[in-house]
Amino acid sequence: MSNSPVILAKDMSLTFETNDGPVHALKDINLEINEGEFVSFIGPSGCGKTTFLRAIADLEKPTKGEIFVNGMTPSEARKNRAYGYVFQSSALLPWRTVEQNVALPLEITGISKSEKQQHIERTLSMVDLIGFEKKYPHQLSGGMQQRVSIARALAFDAKLLLMDEPFGALDEIVRDHLNRQLLELWAKAKMTICFVTHSIPEAVYLSTKIVVMSPRPGEIADIIDSSLPNERPLEIRESKEFLDIAHRVREGLRASHSYDEENA
Amino acid sequence: MRAIFQSKTFAILTILLTLLVIWYVMAVKLNTPWQLGVYERAGTSEWTTSQFINDTLNQKRPVLPSAHQVFSEMYVTIFQKPITSKRSLVYHSWITLSATLLGFAIGTLFGILIAIGITNNKALDRSLMPWVIASQTIPILAIAPMIIVVLNAIGLSGLLPKALISTYLSFFPIVVGMVKGFRSPKNIQLDLMQTYFASPMQIFFKLRWPSALPYLFTSMKVAIAIALVGAIVGELPTGAVAGLGARLLTGSYYGQTVQIWSALFMAAILAASLVMIVGLIEKRVTKNMGLTT
Repeated sequence: MSNSPVILAKDMSLTFETNDGPVHALKDINLEINEGEFVSFIGPSGCGKTTFLRAIADLEKPTKGEIFVNGMTPSEARKNRAYGYVFQSSALLPWRTVEQNVALPLEITGISKSEKQQHIERTLSMVDLIGFEKKYPHQLSGGMQQRVSIARALAFDAKLLLMDEPFGALDEIVRDHLNRQLLELWAKAKMTICFVTHSIPEAVYLSTKIVVMSPRPGEIADIIDSSLPNERPLEIRESKEFLDIAHRVREGLRASHSYDEENA
Repeated sequence: MRAIFQSKTFAILTILLTLLVIWYVMAVKLNTPWQLGVYERAGTSEWTTSQFINDTLNQKRPVLPSAHQVFSEMYVTIFQKPITSKRSLVYHSWITLSATLLGFAIGTLFGILIAIGITNNKALDRSLMPWVIASQTIPILAIAPMIIVVLNAIGLSGLLPKALISTYLSFFPIVVGMVKGFRSPKNIQLDLMQTYFASPMQIFFKLRWPSALPYLFTSMKVAIAIALVGAIVGELPTGAVAGLGARLLTGSYYGQTVQIWSALFMAAILAASLVMIVGLIEKRVTKNMGLTT
């Protein structure tokens, strides 16, 4: 199982049946993601990037083709709690304190009290939130709430982290800070991360691989392997290499569609 | 001086005073014909205005009793009678209150169970909800005697049949509120539970139930007030001998309007206190849940 890719999609399509007829959210997706990669999915809204993430998470079912997570079907992977999922908004339960929110997945799997406490401390220190255990979500800033939800997603020690525009609602300064933290976390925990975004700099800064997607139907337009080193200070964003990759992403987005709505 | 006019107490007192003035004016007006008759029969042909007003406000069986008559009747029947006495308003209130609380408790439980059924089962949603709504369109006054008679036939009498009439009224707001409450979790929260592979039981207790709690308290405030109405109405058509409803009934048989009004006031005080108690519990619970901002 260790040699099988973390994610493997083979000719995968996903169609939603709506009242206005079928919507082809994803069409013939072929993608392989290996252990330890940081993969960003970028594209305009409606390109199916979130749908692809949800298909990995077994929240949507492909209508055609196959997808494997750690060599298992998504539903088996979900049963095995093989991934952590971070949503667009923090989705914290307002009646639970920070530590209780982080403990939620642990309560569901059921582990001993002492183990739980250790786990809470460890994951909260990973997102730099020690000292806020007893706070309620509404007492925290948006960035802090999202960090709690990341800590919560780390609860199962899953080696796969799925993130759906986690920093989309935050301002740029907070976003920069969290991007840095996320890279540190990724290096420390040696995880595979799938990250949906529509910010080009964010995608380039974070990723080892960038998947550019195009809409109607959702397809992969380009896959870019980043040549940036793993050690990435924020200044790297002014380097030539960074700008070159960003340029290629932008080209990919432009070529693939459609801000000119001719096929709309 | 300005501060006094703008204070809350001033506003409350002004409204209270206005209501009292209207009350007394109406009492004089409504009791005048009877008072004139009394004077005529007694042959009193000369009376001063103040004497006339004083007499209209202190009749034995007034059309509209005055405030001081009602309150002194309440004072006497609440504080100056032993609470086991049939003349004690506390005794009658307790009879009604016990039926109210029992009916409210059953109604809340029943309402929550129906709401759980409706939110978890599409067939129940379609089949049960129309009956729940239909049940509330039947006048309780019409169905109350039936309930008493039917339950009596199967050997149930006393407190329970009356409580069941309270239940009949109070389960409805609970059902409506809790169906909405159980459906209040956002999609994103439900997805989150899916990613944890949580069981339906876990989803219920960790997400749906806590999400629904604020709705439960709102519904309970409505439910407890109409549970009291249910208990009183349950006493009316069934010839109950004790309870606030019975006081209203005997009051109307014997033209004891003072007794009727004091029972009505007592009912209002009870209802207000019950709603307030639910509100206090709500405050405590939401505070413990960290939901107050």
